[in-house]
Amino acid sequence: MKYAFSFLAVIALILIAGLGSQVPGMQYFFGVAIPYLAMMLFVGGFVYRVTQWAKSPVPFSIPTTCGQGASLDFIKQDKLDCPTKTSEVVARMFLEIFLFRSLFRNTKSEIHDGPKITYESSKWLWLFGLLFHYSFLLIVIRHMRLFVDPIPFWLSAIESVDSMLQIGAPTLYLSSVTLLGGLLLLFGRRLVNRHVRYISLNNDYFPLVLIFAIGVTGILMRYFLRTNIDIINIKNLAMGLVTFSPVINVKIGAIFYIHLFLVSTLLAYFPFSKLMHMGGVFMSPTRNMANNSRAKRHINPWNDPAIKPHSYAGYEDEFREFMVDAGIPVEKELSATKDEA
Amino acid sequence: MYNKGTIIPGLIIFVLFVTFPIWFNGLKAGTLPKPELPPGGEKKCVESVEYMRANHMQLLNEWRDNVLRDGNRTVVTVEGKDYRKGLQLACMQCHSNKEKFCDSCHTYAAVKPYCWDCHLSPKEAVSKEETH
Repeated sequence: MKYAFSFLAVIALILIAGLGSQVPGMQYFFGVAIPYLAMMLFVGGFVYRVTQWAKSPVPFSIPTTCGQGASLDFIKQDKLDCPTKTSEVVARMFLEIFLFRSLFRNTKSEIHDGPKITYESSKWLWLFGLLFHYSFLLIVIRHMRLFVDPIPFWLSAIESVDSMLQIGAPTLYLSSVTLLGGLLLLFGRRLVNRHVRYISLNNDYFPLVLIFAIGVTGILMRYFLRTNIDIINIKNLAMGLVTFSPVINVKIGAIFYIHLFLVSTLLAYFPFSKLMHMGGVFMSPTRNMANNSRAKRHINPWNDPAIKPHSYAGYEDEFREFMVDAGIPVEKELSATKDEA
Repeated sequence: MYNKGTIIPGLIIFVLFVTFPIWFNGLKAGTLPKPELPPGGEKKCVESVEYMRANHMQLLNEWRDNVLRDGNRTVVTVEGKDYRKGLQLACMQCHSNKEKFCDSCHTYAAVKPYCWDCHLSPKEAVSKEETH
C-alpha cells in the first residue's frame, strides 16, 4: 500500500483548494498568489537545477554504447547507438527526446524451468510513455488559448484537430482521453509488474496521481460541474495573470480553484522531483557525449593543473637509491648515474 | 559551469517557451467581450443568465439530439412563452446578430462551434435569399 500516501496527499490538496476557495476573500490567494508563487518556483527551480548540473564536472567520457563503434573501414559503425560525431549525437538525442528511443529497447527478463533465462522485448513502457507525454504536451499547448489574445491560427488549428470527432458539447478533446488512458496504464504497470512494483516509491506514484487528478478535475469542469464556470471569466483571470494585472470580480466555481491549485502544486513540485527528467534528458552524459575518446582526449575537469605528469623514468631518478637499497631492480644502475654525476 | 555555449541558450529557450503568454501578449490583456443584448429588447430566455452562460452549448446539443435524432420537436414553454427547439427557431429570434452575440465570446475563447456547418446566421440567410 505504498501508493496510499499519494492518494491521501492529492485528496488533501483537493480539500484545501475546494474548501479554501469558498472562504470569502480567499479567491485571490488561490487564484492569484498561489499560481504566481508556483510559477516562480517552477522557473527558478528549473533554472537552478540545470545550472547545478552544469556545474558538475564529467570526469570520464561515459556515453552508453549500444552498437558497433567506429573501427576499421570494412566494419560498419552503428552511427546512432555509438556516435562519434556531434551530428550523430544530435540525431541520437533527437530520437531520444521525441520518440523515447531507449525505452523502445526495453526488455523483460524471466526465468523459466531449466533453469533458463529469457529476455523478451517489452514495449509497453515505451507505448504508454509516448501516449502520456504527447497528450500532456498537447494539453499544455491547448491551454494557451486562455492566455493569449488574439489567438494565433496555429493554436486554433491544434484545437480543431484535438476535437475533430465532435463528440458532445463542449466537444471532447482526444488528448484528454489519451492522457488519462496513458496515466492509468503507467500506474497499472507499477502495480502489476512485480519488478517495477518493488522499486516504486511514493515519489513515483505521487506525480501520476497528481496529474491524473488534474486531468479529472479539468474534465469535470469542462463537461460536468459547469455551475459558475464561464470561460470568459476564467480567461479574463488568466489574461490578468500573464499581464500582471489580475482581477477576480465574479464568482468562479470551486472546481476551477481545485484544478488551478493542483496545477500549481505540480509546477512547484516539478523542479524538486523526478519530473526534472524534462531538463535532465538534455544533460545526461551517457546520451549527449560522443564515443570518441580514442580520437579526442577527454580531460577530467577535476585534474589539478599543479600536479604534473610523473613518468617512470622520473620516478626512478627520484627514488633510485632507495630502490637499490631495497633490492628492487632498476633500469639505470646506481653506479652509472653516480659516475655520470 | 561547463558547456556554457549550449546550456545557457538552452535555458533561454526554456524560459521563452514557459513565458510565452507574457511576451506574446506584450502585457495587453485585451478587451473583455460584451455580447450584444437582444436588439428587440427581450428580457426573458429559456433559462437564467448564469445557466445560459455556462451551459448553453449543452442545452443546444440536447435540443439537436432531440430534434434530429429522436424526432422530438416538443415545444419548450417557459413562463407562458413557447420556444420551438432550434437555434434559428428559438435563439436567433431574439439574439438576431450572430456576429455581435455568438461570435464575440467564441472568438475571445477560441471556440469554433460547428452549429454553422449547417445553420445560417440571419445575415447569411438574407443574402442567400437575395441570390435565389
